[in-house]
Amino acid sequence: MITGTPKPIEEIMEMVEPYDNIILAGCHGCVTVCRVGGEKEVQVLASTLRLAREAGGRTIKIREVSLERQCDPEYVEQMRPYVGDYQAVLSIACGAGIQFLAEKFTTTPLLPGINTGFLGVTERQGEWSERCQGCGDCVLHLTGGICPVTRCAKSLFHGPCGGSVQGICEVDKSVKCGWQLIIDRLKALNQMENYTKFKPFKGWSTARDGGPRRIIREDMI
Amino acid sequence: MKSGSNLEKVLAAGHFSVTAECGPPRGADPDIVRKKAAFVKGNVDACNVTDNQTSVVRMSSLAGCLLIKELGVEPLIQMVVRDRNRIALQSDLLGASAMGVRNILCLSGDHQKFGDDPQAKNVFDIDSMQFIHLVRLMRDEGTFPSGKKLEGAPKFFIGCAVNPFADPFEIRVPRLKMKVTAGADFVQTQCIYNMKKFKEYMELAKREGLHEKVKILAGVTPLKSAGMAKFMRKMVAGMDIPEEVIARIAAEPKDKQADKGIEMCIEQIQELKEMEGISGVHVMAIEWEEKLAEIIGGAGLLPRPVVE
Repeated sequence: MITGTPKPIEEIMEMVEPYDNIILAGCHGCVTVCRVGGEKEVQVLASTLRLAREAGGRTIKIREVSLERQCDPEYVEQMRPYVGDYQAVLSIACGAGIQFLAEKFTTTPLLPGINTGFLGVTERQGEWSERCQGCGDCVLHLTGGICPVTRCAKSLFHGPCGGSVQGICEVDKSVKCGWQLIIDRLKALNQMENYTKFKPFKGWSTARDGGPRRIIREDMI
Repeated sequence: MKSGSNLEKVLAAGHFSVTAECGPPRGADPDIVRKKAAFVKGNVDACNVTDNQTSVVRMSSLAGCLLIKELGVEPLIQMVVRDRNRIALQSDLLGASAMGVRNILCLSGDHQKFGDDPQAKNVFDIDSMQFIHLVRLMRDEGTFPSGKKLEGAPKFFIGCAVNPFADPFEIRVPRLKMKVTAGADFVQTQCIYNMKKFKEYMELAKREGLHEKVKILAGVTPLKSAGMAKFMRKMVAGMDIPEEVIARIAAEPKDKQADKGIEMCIEQIQELKEMEGISGVHVMAIEWEEKLAEIIGGAGLLPRPVVE
């Protein structure tokens, strides 16, 4: 899923400062699962903003909305009938959702209520970690199902570097060395020949480096 | 001769070679480089010029190489893939070769987190293994990776670094083998303090016949004090300094510890000289270049041979 973290309330207060009448839009997708932008978070943030505003001697009118997904036109369109009645939309969906609203509602300012994180997994309640950078050219079959681009701090294709100590990456004591994980897994799979193979230069054109990406499925259009 | 560098010639002639390193200054003052080069001159076969080591911004390694070259010290350019994509790397390789730099050390580079600019974006377009391959391709095939022909192939004696003490130990020798296959002509190791473990590493390397395929230069760094040893052990990932090494220098009074450090370094070089498969030493006297003559001379490695 796409993960995220709430922006500090002070930053959000500053963003909404010019407005007295806004929509606070959540999303039932990924951000609900990682508990940063779902229906419940919309309610909590709306209450917090109202209270904070009142404490400053002003009020703010907030319409609380939660769309099924902010990244799909059919759900985004549900907001169209009333979006013009508000001065701004504060969205706590991921960056894709926020931008999609901005594209659809061209005359309404969009404000990001969360910082979008990464493509990751739930390690346990309250802990998420990154797994994929969406580079567009997956090599997981060669690396024991562990991504060198994402899990190695230097995205090495022939790791580990000299900074790997007892399975821990030198960048942070809480980060496991991705290449140690790859090696452990290749050994368990009896696939160490994949380790010693030379991997040619990675093509980054399918990643962000090739410019904004698009997928067109002719069979679905 | 692949590059015609002095280091390549000395090694090819069968001499035990010596390299050292000069860290460029954190500023534009060329005299700091010249002063260090004066300590190095005559004591080494080539001198590494580091490339923004520990991700701290310094004068560029190419500029440093040219400054020491002007003074008659053979440069060995260190290049990391942290800050440059393949376009910049290729361009700098051509430039360095054009300016007469004939030795290169291909590195990944410390993560930017450790420097003054932890907010910097890193590159890592290719890794150090692929970088070795790139240099060899340009040198031996005379082409770019695209296959297009170069107007003059760069001439480099290609080096790589290895850390025999990092984890996991079991892939350290296979990894060296991969670097040799990718095109490394020589290797400089991480600072060695744990000789027992290094010998273990060398035994495995010899079993693969790697000592006959690549020139192995053993890395040493003289300890200035017991405090420095403890600091390095704690702060530098993959730095293996055994307790007995620290105990030996710590047993000296503070004002005698530096002398002891040099004595220990000389002893270690002498031991390395006798080890099968070791072709030379890489003396990293970090910010202590003035001691190079004493260390290298003390180990009986002066004067340096002149090979035509």
